[in-house]
Amino acid sequence: MADLFARGEKPEYLFWVGCAGAFDDRYKKVARAFTKILTHLNMSYAVLGKEETCTGDPARRAGNEMLYQMQALQNIEVFKMYEVQKIITICPHCFNIFKNEYPDLGGNYEVIHYTQLLATLIHEGKMKPNKKLTDKVTYHDPCYLGRANHVYDEPRAVIRSVAGSITEMKRNKSFALCCGAGGAQMFKEAEKGNKEVFIERIEDALETGASVIATSCPFCMTMITDGLKYKNKEEEIKNYDIAELIAMDLDL
Amino acid sequence: MVKQVVFAAALLLTLGVFAYTVNRILSFFRFTRKTFPVRDLGKRFGVMMNVAFGQTKIFRRPVIGLLHALVFWGFCVILIGSVEMVIDGLTGTERVLSFLGVLYDVIIATGDVFALVVGLSILVFLSRRLFFHIRRFEGIEMGRSTHIDANIALTMIFLLMVSLQGMNTFYVAHQQVAGETIKGVFPVSNMLASLFTGMQATSLHTLHEVCWWAHILLIFIFANMLPYSKHFHVFMSVPNVFLSRLEPLGKLTNMDSVTREVRLMMNPDTVYAAAPADAPVERFGVKDIEDVSWKNYFDSLSCTQCGRCTSVCPANITGKLLSPRKVIMDVRARMKEKGPGLVKNGKEYADNKSLLRDYITEEELWACTTCNACAMECPININHPSIIVDMRRYLVMEEASAPGELKAVFSNIENNGAPWQFSPEDRLLWAKDLEMKIKN
Repeated sequence: MADLFARGEKPEYLFWVGCAGAFDDRYKKVARAFTKILTHLNMSYAVLGKEETCTGDPARRAGNEMLYQMQALQNIEVFKMYEVQKIITICPHCFNIFKNEYPDLGGNYEVIHYTQLLATLIHEGKMKPNKKLTDKVTYHDPCYLGRANHVYDEPRAVIRSVAGSITEMKRNKSFALCCGAGGAQMFKEAEKGNKEVFIERIEDALETGASVIATSCPFCMTMITDGLKYKNKEEEIKNYDIAELIAMDLDL
Repeated sequence: MVKQVVFAAALLLTLGVFAYTVNRILSFFRFTRKTFPVRDLGKRFGVMMNVAFGQTKIFRRPVIGLLHALVFWGFCVILIGSVEMVIDGLTGTERVLSFLGVLYDVIIATGDVFALVVGLSILVFLSRRLFFHIRRFEGIEMGRSTHIDANIALTMIFLLMVSLQGMNTFYVAHQQVAGETIKGVFPVSNMLASLFTGMQATSLHTLHEVCWWAHILLIFIFANMLPYSKHFHVFMSVPNVFLSRLEPLGKLTNMDSVTREVRLMMNPDTVYAAAPADAPVERFGVKDIEDVSWKNYFDSLSCTQCGRCTSVCPANITGKLLSPRKVIMDVRARMKEKGPGLVKNGKEYADNKSLLRDYITEEELWACTTCNACAMECPININHPSIIVDMRRYLVMEEASAPGELKAVFSNIENNGAPWQFSPEDRLLWAKDLEMKIKN
């Protein structure tokens, strides 16, 4: 973003990579896949790179409002500097916080989750996936996309464009069970109980008999992958992000 | 005339006791905090029609949801009949609303059918509680008293329906035997009445009177039991839906007091300036009952402990201590305990207990994934995660207390701008060797 700005150029979208996209080894691949899609589509976008920082979501949901607001106000200043108006996120937590919570601090943007962008482009015929995927696919709704923001149909539309159909889990859409990582749980051990949440969820996924579990959230991906490992299924069942499914379909 | 006087006295007593109780409960709201303003009345009306009167969220469990919806709609229709009974009781008239003609026939016929439907549904509810092991009705918060409370209320409603059906039946039978016109249409009671047409008109009249009085007195007693019961729900749920938080479930309420402080810190000119004198000194987050918002307390009064929230909670499903229903019940219980002291001694009153720890433990609070399944499921739009996060806010900002891993997350975010310990310098490593064509 800084480089572009120095040249006097202003991209249409800010692609917000998120901490997982930048640092989590598995999710880096998703960030790469989505970048390839953006390039393939000739989109006008930029990333903040080293100037990107945490949105404050895990801090806020863990009760550290002070730290969240410091992060948020700092980010809002950076967005102001680069005159950011449209933000694309891959992480639903970043999506939710920009869309619903930054406006309280004066940060108003058009915030788009990448599944919404892809669904729109597919709907408008600007992107034509080839339905190459023959595996049985199921989809795990991230809480912060689904219940929190009612984005249920767009991710499904994108999956249908590569796989034809989706085999739903028994708990899906607004009934979907959390993967167990939200609300800053991602970063801590779970409280004492008789089961891990991700195991409960992976059992829903296994029940469908799908060989591909699609997700659209970095935390969900970690949990689902952990679940597959726990069940010794990581060889036969794959966990892909929707962006990766599209990138594979388009041979990017 | 005697009947009217007795009736008026009973009604007055009912209203008096009810006003006393409700006033007492309302006085506790003084000690709660402000939260969102109640605007967008049109939108609120829509939500109320949809969620409360349309019963849309209860249908997320279609079978038992339908039974509840029938009971609710039945109550709405039967309520009109109760209003008529009050007018009749005060003025000595008989079925005063019958001047409404066809509309009256429709209301009465619907109410007559509903009396049976509600009665049967209540029997199903009662038998579920008495004879079936239903997980949703169990849990650490569901002590014996909660089950007794539920069973008493259900029994009361059942008796209300029996007395109503009896009243209608003996009315129809009496009118038939006495050869008088029947005001209203009674599809169910008509059939039942045929069993009694062999009786004397006078005895039918007496039986009708007995049922009439039993029904109205049960209503009076029930109305005054409700504020002390989880079934306060009957009065509070529709207003609670009207007062719903209208924002997306994913949104947390901004703490403006924190915004003031952060802005002061970020602006070098004001960093040493004193806080404005008019800024209220308020505890960050929720520790005790006087820190909760009026909406949290309203939620707790409306909750009927159905447990739909807890039954979908990922933490609860996997055996953790957290139960969203318990959090809401604790708010009500704590206010019941501390409220009278606050009223008597003012808001500085302390009883060396608090909502946090004495009712809700840290272990429960930290188990929440903020997935909002509870809030999504609640048929009356209670928002559980808001209070859980508010209690975390107190823990973190006032006591600097959090699980060790989360403290590490905080310092990572502060120091290197990510929850993990990676240098911001490495933020673009993921894109290494990647062709990033940047277009304009």
